Amino acid sequence: MEIIMTGLASILFGAGIYNLLQKQLLRIVVGTVLISHGAHLYFLTMAQLKRGAPPLVVDGVTEYADPLPQALVLTAIVIAFGVTSFLLVLAYRTYTLNKTDNMEELRGSDHE
Amino acid sequence: MIYAVFAPLLFAVLIPFLSRWKEKVHTGWLILPVPFLIFLYFLQFVGPNFEPQVQSVQWIPSLDISLSFHLDGLSLLFALLISGIGTLVVLYSIYYLNHKEQLGHFYTYLYIFMTAMLGVVLSDNVFALYAFWEFTSISSFLLIGYWHYRERSRYGALKSMLITVLGGFSLLAGIILLTIVTGTTSIREMVAQADVIVDSHYFPFILAFLLLGAFTKSAQFPFHIWLPDAMEAPTPVSAYLHSATMVKAGIYLMARFSPILGGEPNFFFLLSLFGIVTLVWGSFMAVRQTDLKGILAYSTISQLGMIMAMLGFGTDVALFAAVFHILNHATFKGSLFMVAGIVDHETGTRDIRKLGGLMTFMPISFTLAIFGTFSMAGVPLPFLNGFYSKEMFFDATLVNSATGPFMEALVAALPVLAVVGSIFTFVYSMYLFFGTFTGKYKEEELPQTPHEAPKMMLLPPFILVLGVITIGLFPEMFNQGLITHAADAVFGAENNKDIYFWHGLVPAFYMSVAVVVLGIVLYLTKSKWEGIYSVLPGRLSFNRVYDWLIENIEKGSNKITTSYMTGSLRFYMVLVITAIFAITLGVLIQTNGVNFEVTDVAPITVKELIVAAIMAIAAIATIFVHNRIAIILIVGVIGYGLAILFVFYRAPDLALTQLIVETVTVVLFMLCFYHLPNLQKSTTPLLTKGVNVAISVGFGLLLMVIGVSAYNSRAFDSIADYYIENADPLGGGYNMVNVILVDFRGIDTLFEVAVLFGAALAIIAMIKLRRDKGAK
Repeated sequence: MEIIMTGLASILFGAGIYNLLQKQLLRIVVGTVLISHGAHLYFLTMAQLKRGAPPLVVDGVTEYADPLPQALVLTAIVIAFGVTSFLLVLAYRTYTLNKTDNMEELRGSDHE
Repeated sequence: MIYAVFAPLLFAVLIPFLSRWKEKVHTGWLILPVPFLIFLYFLQFVGPNFEPQVQSVQWIPSLDISLSFHLDGLSLLFALLISGIGTLVVLYSIYYLNHKEQLGHFYTYLYIFMTAMLGVVLSDNVFALYAFWEFTSISSFLLIGYWHYRERSRYGALKSMLITVLGGFSLLAGIILLTIVTGTTSIREMVAQADVIVDSHYFPFILAFLLLGAFTKSAQFPFHIWLPDAMEAPTPVSAYLHSATMVKAGIYLMARFSPILGGEPNFFFLLSLFGIVTLVWGSFMAVRQTDLKGILAYSTISQLGMIMAMLGFGTDVALFAAVFHILNHATFKGSLFMVAGIVDHETGTRDIRKLGGLMTFMPISFTLAIFGTFSMAGVPLPFLNGFYSKEMFFDATLVNSATGPFMEALVAALPVLAVVGSIFTFVYSMYLFFGTFTGKYKEEELPQTPHEAPKMMLLPPFILVLGVITIGLFPEMFNQGLITHAADAVFGAENNKDIYFWHGLVPAFYMSVAVVVLGIVLYLTKSKWEGIYSVLPGRLSFNRVYDWLIENIEKGSNKITTSYMTGSLRFYMVLVITAIFAITLGVLIQTNGVNFEVTDVAPITVKELIVAAIMAIAAIATIFVHNRIAIILIVGVIGYGLAILFVFYRAPDLALTQLIVETVTVVLFMLCFYHLPNLQKSTTPLLTKGVNVAISVGFGLLLMVIGVSAYNSRAFDSIADYYIENADPLGGGYNMVNVILVDFRGIDTLFEVAVLFGAALAIIAMIKLRRDKGAK
C-alpha cells in the first residue's frame, strides 16, 4: 500500500508543479495547495502505514502507529493553510491593483 | 598597549555625540588629546635601552587568532609617526574644516583609521594584521570620498578601494600560505622559521602575493594610479593617510618580512626593480603636474619607490637608510602637504600656474616651505634631514652584488636610475617652491586675496619642519634612541650606523653634487623641456587600463545578471525545480541509493484504492479544467480525500484538522475567486507546454524513486518508541500527537502559531490597506 501512496503523492506533486508553472495566479495557488497535500501524504507514508492502533494511550495496547510524523504533519497542515490563505489574498490584492492575473504581465520594468 | 591601540576606536564611537556641539566647540578640540596621549605613551619607550614589548589578548583561540601586540623598534617608529602626525593633523584640521562640514563623519573615519593603522604596525598575529589592514583601506575609502557630492571624490575613493582591497586579498592569500607552511600565525615565530618558508614549494606564491599586497598599498608602479586620485580627500587626510602613514603600510609589510624574504634573489630583483622604476616614474611624472597636491602625490609615489628599493637591496646600510627615510619623509612631506593645504585654503586654488609671488603675503608658509622642499630635493645642507637619507640611498645603490645577466644589469643600472630619479625630484621640488612663492603675483587669477593663515594652523607644519631641522642638526639624537632599534628589527640583527653630514669625497657625494647641478640646469631650462614631459605616455595610459577594466566588468556583470533575472516567475521556478531535480538525482546516483526491493508493506485494500484513484484523477483534472468553480471543488475533493486517507491510516487528529482546514480553505477560495477572473485556456506554445510536462512528470517520477528507495532502506530504528512510552509519564496526556505538539516539541508549535499570526496580520493589512486613491 505504501508504494501506491508514494505514487499518489508523486502524482499530486507533478500536477502541483505543472500548475505552478502556469501564468495565471489562480493556478499557481492551486499548485501550491496540491504540492502541500502531496508532501503531507508523502511524509506520513514514509513512516509506514496501518501499524498498530491510533496513537491514543489505551490500557493493554502495546502497538501504536508512529505519532511523530503525525505531529509534524499536523504542524505542516496548519502552516500550509496559513501560506495558502496568504497567497490567495495576495492574488486577490494583486489583481485588484494591477487588473491582471497574468504573471507574464506582472514582471515589472527593468528599473527598480 | 591594547588601550593605546583601541582608544581612537572607542572615541570614534563617541564622536557622533560630541559633534552635536560642533557649533560651539569644534569637535577636533574635544578629541585632540587622544592621539597626543598615545604619542606620549609610545614616546616613553624611546631610548637607547629600548626592549621589545609583548602584550597578548585572546580573540579567536580556536583559529589561533589573537590580538597579540609586539612593539619592537620598527613598530615603535611607526606608532610614533601615526600618533604624532595624527595629533598634528587633527590640530590642523580644526582650522582646515569649519563647523559647517560633517565633522562627526570626518573624525569618526579618521579615528577608525588611527586604530587600524596602529593595529597594522603592532600586530604580531598575521590575521589580526590583515583585519587591521583592510580597515585602513575602508577608512581611506571613506575619507577620500568625504566630499561625496564631488564626482572626482567618488571616483578617487572607489579607485583606491578597488586597488588596495585587491592587494588586501592577495595579502590574505599570502599569509594563509605562510601559516600553512609554518603552522603558526605569529610573525615572530615565522621569522624564526625563515628557512622552512624559503625552502617550501609555496615560496614563489608567498612572495608574489605579499609583494602584490605591498605594491598596491604603497602605490608602486603600475598600481600607483590610485594615489593621485586620492588627493580629492581633504588635505589633512592627504597629509596623514596618503603620505605619512597608510601608504607606508606596504613598506612596513616588506620591512616586517624582510628578515624572512631578504637575501632571496627574486625578492631583491623584484623589489629593487619596481622600487627604482617607481622612483624614476613618480618623480618624472611629478614634474608635469600643475596641481600642488598632484605634485606632492607623485612625489610621494616616487619617495615610496625609493624606500621600497632600499628594502629590496637588503644590505645593512640600505635597510638603515630605508628606516631613516621613513621618518624623514613623514616630516618633510607632511609639512609640505599642510603648507599646500594652507595655500589652497587662503588663495582658493592649488593650480601652480595661477600661483606665484606669495612670498610677501605668506612669509611664514614660505619659510616653512623652504625647509620642506629643499629637504625633499636632498640639497646638501646640514639642517635638512632629507639629504642624509638620500646620501645613504646613493651609498646603498653602489654596494649591491648579484649574479646572472638580469641581476647584473639591474645592479649596474641602479646608481644611474637613482641619480636620474633624484634629478627629477630636485626639479619638481624647485618648481613647487619657486612656482608658488616667487615670481610674478597674479592677482586677477586668484579667487581670494591671499593672506597668512591663522597661527594655530601654521603650528602643525611648523612642528614638522622643526623635526626636519632637528633631525638634520642632531641626527645622532634620533639614531640611538629610535632609528637603530628600528633598523635592527628590519635587518634581523644588530644594525648600528652613524649618521654623518660629511662623508668625505666618496662616490655618493659626487652623485649628490651631480643631482644638484643637473637639477638646477634642468629647472632653469624647464620651459624648453616641457614638450618632452608631455609627450611621453602619461598617467593616462594606466588609468585607461583601469577605466576599461571597470567599465567592462560592470557591463559583463550586468549582462550575466539580466540573463537570468528575467522577472518571469515561471522561468525562476523552472530553474529552481530543475536544480533540485539535478542535484537530488545526482546524489541518488552517486551514493547508489536506489533500492527497489520492496519489503514489509501494509496490505492493499479496495477502499483505499478507490480513494487514491479519485484523488489521482482529481489532481490531473486540475490541469484541464478551466472553470473556476470546478477547480475549487476539485481541490476540495483532493483535500477531503486526504482526510479520509488519514482516517484509514490511524491518524484521527490529522483527519480532523484536515477536514476543518479544507473547509475553511474552500470557503476562502470561493471568496477570492469571486473577485478574480475566470481561468483561461492555456495559450502557451507547444514547446513551453512540453517543457512543463517534462519537468512535472520528471519530478514526480524522481519523488517516486526516492520514496520507494527511502522506504526500503532504513538505516536507523524509529525514535517513535520514546514518545509512545513517555507521553503519559512525562507529558501527562493520552493523546500522543497532542503531547508531542504542546510538550515535547512545544517551541515548534509556538513558531507555528507565530507564522499563522504573521499571515493573519499580513492578510488584514492587504485587505484594509488602501494606497492613496489617485495611485494605480
